[in-house]
Amino acid sequence: MRTTIADSKDYRGTVHKLSRDIISDWLGQLQAATKTDTKSAYLMVSGNCVEILRCFDILPTFPEINALQLAIRKNSLPYIIKAEEIGYASDNCAYVKADIGYTLDGGIGEDGTIPKPDLIVCNFVGCNVYIKWFEHCAEIMDVPLVMLDIPFLREDEPSKEDTQYVITQLKELIAKCEDLTGKKFDMDRLREHLAYSARAEQGWAKAKNLCKARPAPYDAYFDAINMMGPINALRGTKEAADFFDAAVEQYEHIVEQGLGVVDDERFRIVVEGPPPYPYYRNFRGLFEAWGAVAVQSTYSTVGGTWENGFCHDPERPLESIAEQMIIHNLCNRSMIERYKQIHQYITDWHADALVIHSVKSCRLFSAGQGDMREHFIRDLGIPTLMVESDLEDPRYYAEAQLKNRIDAFFEALTYKRLRSTAAAEAAAAAATQGD
Amino acid sequence: MTIDEIVLHSRSLLDMKPSQVIKKTQETYPNVRGFAVFPVYAPHEIIHAAGLMPVGLYGAGDQLEITHADSRFQSFICSIAKSTLELFLADEMDGFVGIAFSSICDVARNLASVVSRNTEGIYVEYLHLPQNMASEQSQTYTRSEYERFRRKLAEHVGRPITDAAISESLKLYNEQRRLIRAIYAYRQDHPGSISAAELTCITKAGTRMMPGDYLTILKDVMEQLPQRPAHARDTVRVVVEGAFCEQPPIELIEAIEAAGCEIRDDDMMLGWRLFTGDVSEQGDPLTALANAYLNESVYCSTRHDYYHPRTEGLLARVRDSGAKAVLFTPAKFCEPALLDYVLFKRCLDDKGVPHLKLEFEEKMWTFEAPRTEVETFAESMLFD
Ligand code: SF4
Ligand code: SF4
Repeated sequence: MRTTIADSKDYRGTVHKLSRDIISDWLGQLQAATKTDTKSAYLMVSGNCVEILRCFDILPTFPEINALQLAIRKNSLPYIIKAEEIGYASDNCAYVKADIGYTLDGGIGEDGTIPKPDLIVCNFVGCNVYIKWFEHCAEIMDVPLVMLDIPFLREDEPSKEDTQYVITQLKELIAKCEDLTGKKFDMDRLREHLAYSARAEQGWAKAKNLCKARPAPYDAYFDAINMMGPINALRGTKEAADFFDAAVEQYEHIVEQGLGVVDDERFRIVVEGPPPYPYYRNFRGLFEAWGAVAVQSTYSTVGGTWENGFCHDPERPLESIAEQMIIHNLCNRSMIERYKQIHQYITDWHADALVIHSVKSCRLFSAGQGDMREHFIRDLGIPTLMVESDLEDPRYYAEAQLKNRIDAFFEALTYKRLRSTAAAEAAAAAATQGD
Repeated sequence: MTIDEIVLHSRSLLDMKPSQVIKKTQETYPNVRGFAVFPVYAPHEIIHAAGLMPVGLYGAGDQLEITHADSRFQSFICSIAKSTLELFLADEMDGFVGIAFSSICDVARNLASVVSRNTEGIYVEYLHLPQNMASEQSQTYTRSEYERFRRKLAEHVGRPITDAAISESLKLYNEQRRLIRAIYAYRQDHPGSISAAELTCITKAGTRMMPGDYLTILKDVMEQLPQRPAHARDTVRVVVEGAFCEQPPIELIEAIEAAGCEIRDDDMMLGWRLFTGDVSEQGDPLTALANAYLNESVYCSTRHDYYHPRTEGLLARVRDSGAKAVLFTPAKFCEPALLDYVLFKRCLDDKGVPHLKLEFEEKMWTFEAPRTEVETFAESMLFD
């Protein structure tokens, strides 16, 4: 069946709407909490342990999501500038700057959109900027900080001391939450939340795997954001689990119908690196113009690499939370592991090319991406494009330049394809003549 | 050697590429091989106890043209990352068994991967040093990380690294750190007896010598310092902050001093003098090293210590050293230093301590501009 834009926009809309609804609901709770004494805590997205906070009815708040939303609504620049005025450098991660600028501007607290946290839980999972960011939040808002130091995955498996270190820190966090809320920790409640998490994670895996279909039912980079909010921020709730059931059903339906993201899926790409949120639609348009669809992306796995089959285990609550934090998310794994992850995506998701979006802000992703490009082009022979801008700071987005690079890349791919088709036809013709 | 000769000798060591340092050392110790330590810190004692020479790898300064590494690391990455990779790509690491990186920042972490992918036969270690000093499990974890390093290093060198050998090394490094502390203290009491540029050369060169030989040098310095005339000038007393990883060019230190500042204390070469006192020489040496890292480290931008905030550390450093101002010297693009600057600045502004920020990079050829900036800053303070 031929795919049509009208159909595709419709289904993109359905999952998008479901996601928007539950995310808006959560944001509404945050807004309401600015005026009440509902307890809330800061957390980082990658490899988080949000389920523990849920056991105490502590509302989770994610400064990264705050920064993301400021950018996608094209509101980030004034806050970035505000932060630079108090000493942040132009070279610092702009996620931090936008969030801190917003905080200084009164966005957090009684008159803002996000409650002032009662606790800052620094889940240091890979990104060292997390530590600084949360140190700054703690200092500026005068809020206590709990450090969860997650040992980087530096061997194939974490050692038993790595895991024990994390579990002990989780217990220490639990004790802090008990103090904060006056509620007693209930392991059965944690199991319930983890069961919801596992259901959502299985849904995530199914949805991601559905992109192996040709055409892919959604764009695993640009549309994956619809799943990232629910899996990272709302994980452990019934709403998030239900969302994934519905999203999978929707995507399965689309696959059955043979619908694609664009009329004609001409190129299947894997995208590495976060997107330029201030120009999300424009950037997407540059790929869609070529019928290029992301069938996998690394950015979508900052919270977890659930497509590989891991999910939280209610029977091993703290152990599985620790494993998720140490092993099963992109941020806590090395570049070399990321190369493997991308290669697996290209092979198993049948991609034609790799696109690296190198963002200045995020050195966790970007530092060394030149080496990644070398590796994919020279060692693996995979067509690879690397373009640069930023995930938060609109000043680094140069559309004309990006368009030139992207157009040239896909033109070359088109030409290469034509040549190989022509060569195959010539070979077939020669074979027939020889008959 | 006299102090002047030591400084000259140190400068000549700093002018060498790492492979040349090993060659030179092999003239006296024919079988020795090097093990590089990327800043900020690694337990040098374990490396030394393996029969290797721990070598501080602070990039290549202006010694090396960057021809390969620029295509691997983008323009917005600090110079130490690029020149360190270049050393490997340009075969300037001959004689090294391996290199240890640690969890200081996102760049260093990715650099460890890139180095390991682009080298053969080199053992690349990435140590996850703790960021939680206060968990009940912190000590066990930290010790286990050192144990893991010991085990892997022993596999690479093909012989066990015994507790006894580590304890012996610990004594050497304790003495080394003690002497460096003593020289810093002497300089504070006798301004001008040894310049910061001279002292930095010596501390830096110390990471390119066998620790036993370095001890002799430090003792020589300590012994001769009283014979050096202390000449207090009309200067502004400052603390230099932000140079814990990539090292400012010696010329920048000279420019700061020439511009009328007396450097009372600093965080240069921090990892080699990280501890406030001696590491315990009693009992299990790995536990002692773990305890020292957790409980007796100087504050540092790459180490989170919730109960001992860095801002307090800096204020104490200013107070204890009798400094009147702070010069921030972050390496260009150094995220930890640039982020810390914000909280430091806030705290210093609050306490009325003047400060100035000077970014630097390896390939800096002229130091006139920072010198003028520091001069203006110093003058404004002298006439305040
Ligand atoms: S460096 Fe990257 S991962 Fe870290 S806070 Fe910034 S955007 Fe997030
Ligand atoms: S100079 Fe700064 S950013 Fe660069 S490796 Fe060192 S700590 Fe990391």
